[in-house]
Amino acid sequence: MQDSGRQTGLEARSVHAWRGDRHVIRGLSLRVTPGHCLHLAGPNGVGKTTLIRILAGLIRPEDGSVLWRGEAVGHDPDAFHADTAFLGHDNALKADLSPLENLAFWSALAGRPAAAVAATLGAFGLQACLGLPVRVLSAGQKRRVALARVALSGASLWLLDEPFTNLDTGGIRLVEAQLAQHLAAGGMAVVAAHQPVTPDQGEVRRMELS
Amino acid sequence: MTARPGLWRVGMAVYARDLRLAFRRWEQAVQPVVFLLMVATLFPLALSPEAAQLRGVAAGVLWVAALLASLLALEFLFRADHEDGSLEQLVLSGHPLGWLSIFKVLAHWTISGLPLVLVSPVVATSLAVPASALAVVMLSLLLGTGVLSFVGGAAAALTLGVKRGGVLVSVLTLPLVMPALIFGAQAADLAIMGESARGPLLLLLALLVLSVSLAPLAIAAALRIGVE
Repeated sequence: MQDSGRQTGLEARSVHAWRGDRHVIRGLSLRVTPGHCLHLAGPNGVGKTTLIRILAGLIRPEDGSVLWRGEAVGHDPDAFHADTAFLGHDNALKADLSPLENLAFWSALAGRPAAAVAATLGAFGLQACLGLPVRVLSAGQKRRVALARVALSGASLWLLDEPFTNLDTGGIRLVEAQLAQHLAAGGMAVVAAHQPVTPDQGEVRRMELS
Repeated sequence: MTARPGLWRVGMAVYARDLRLAFRRWEQAVQPVVFLLMVATLFPLALSPEAAQLRGVAAGVLWVAALLASLLALEFLFRADHEDGSLEQLVLSGHPLGWLSIFKVLAHWTISGLPLVLVSPVVATSLAVPASALAVVMLSLLLGTGVLSFVGGAAAALTLGVKRGGVLVSVLTLPLVMPALIFGAQAADLAIMGESARGPLLLLLALLVLSVSLAPLAIAAALRIGVE
């Protein structure tokens, strides 16, 4: 089991990272295998965002390595990124474009059919604002659009940094339902959140950073 | 995992998105052209309306005005994408970042450089440039604005971490585009005087080839640092 996990999942080995002059992440190791979700918890400033950005490949760790399907991410970052969906603090939405136009662009980049965009936005409860400029949406609706981008990506690994920000309870349930579906299909996820993460399917492991 | 879209499709998607965004914000997009028109209108008033005198400085005025006009828009090339998180997503898209940045620069050039080329015959005529020289003036600006967009793109990518990096972008870009200014203005000047501008135009073309091939690498490296 452990060996197959090493081949198919995401693994970090004794990762160290500095932010400014603070040694935030000290020798951290983790592993995520298909059908599993890793819930990163911990107080503000403990390095959840830094860790998720390291896993995504946005920050290079000072020491240690990140492996995807048994190979160092640095070997073929494009192949890794093609199979990864990242949601950061910023929603990566253009205020002047509609949710439909925004996601049509990202799904074109991910090589997904354009036809799926409207349906996915509908699944996130955004039928009424498909054609409105993102500028006029509420903060929670913007977050939903950004989460719809992740759901649309078809990637096997989701890296979500505070996905529940600004969401109402209905929105949180929607995200958990999408996450459950993703995990049930053999997907993987790393979620940094203060709230509990409780999808109906898939296994969630909680990791407390300190 | 799904089939990877082809590089051209991805590039055109980036290009089309940036153009669409520019059209939604056209009042920002027309700034360079308005600037060029203003400068060109002021010169005859300030200098002298005499055709012979205007013709003497026309190439220089036109080129300096075009250069400064296209610098105006440079700062915004990557800034909006940086601020709303789109840049992170582009870096993580799994497509070569240098390739994507070529299309971002091309879109930027279409919005800020191409209009300068298109209005240049009007501006040149108002500076008493003979009709026979207009083609060379346009060609020199076509090549020159391309060099500016690519070299300036690298400077814009480098200054992403700086709040309000407008002046810094100009300071970084100007020395690097001096050769383009020299050859471009010389080409226009030669054409105005009725001589062959082949030499400086070829040098300008070489500069364009150089910047198109090297700038995307610099831009990609700078953007990666910018999102860290």
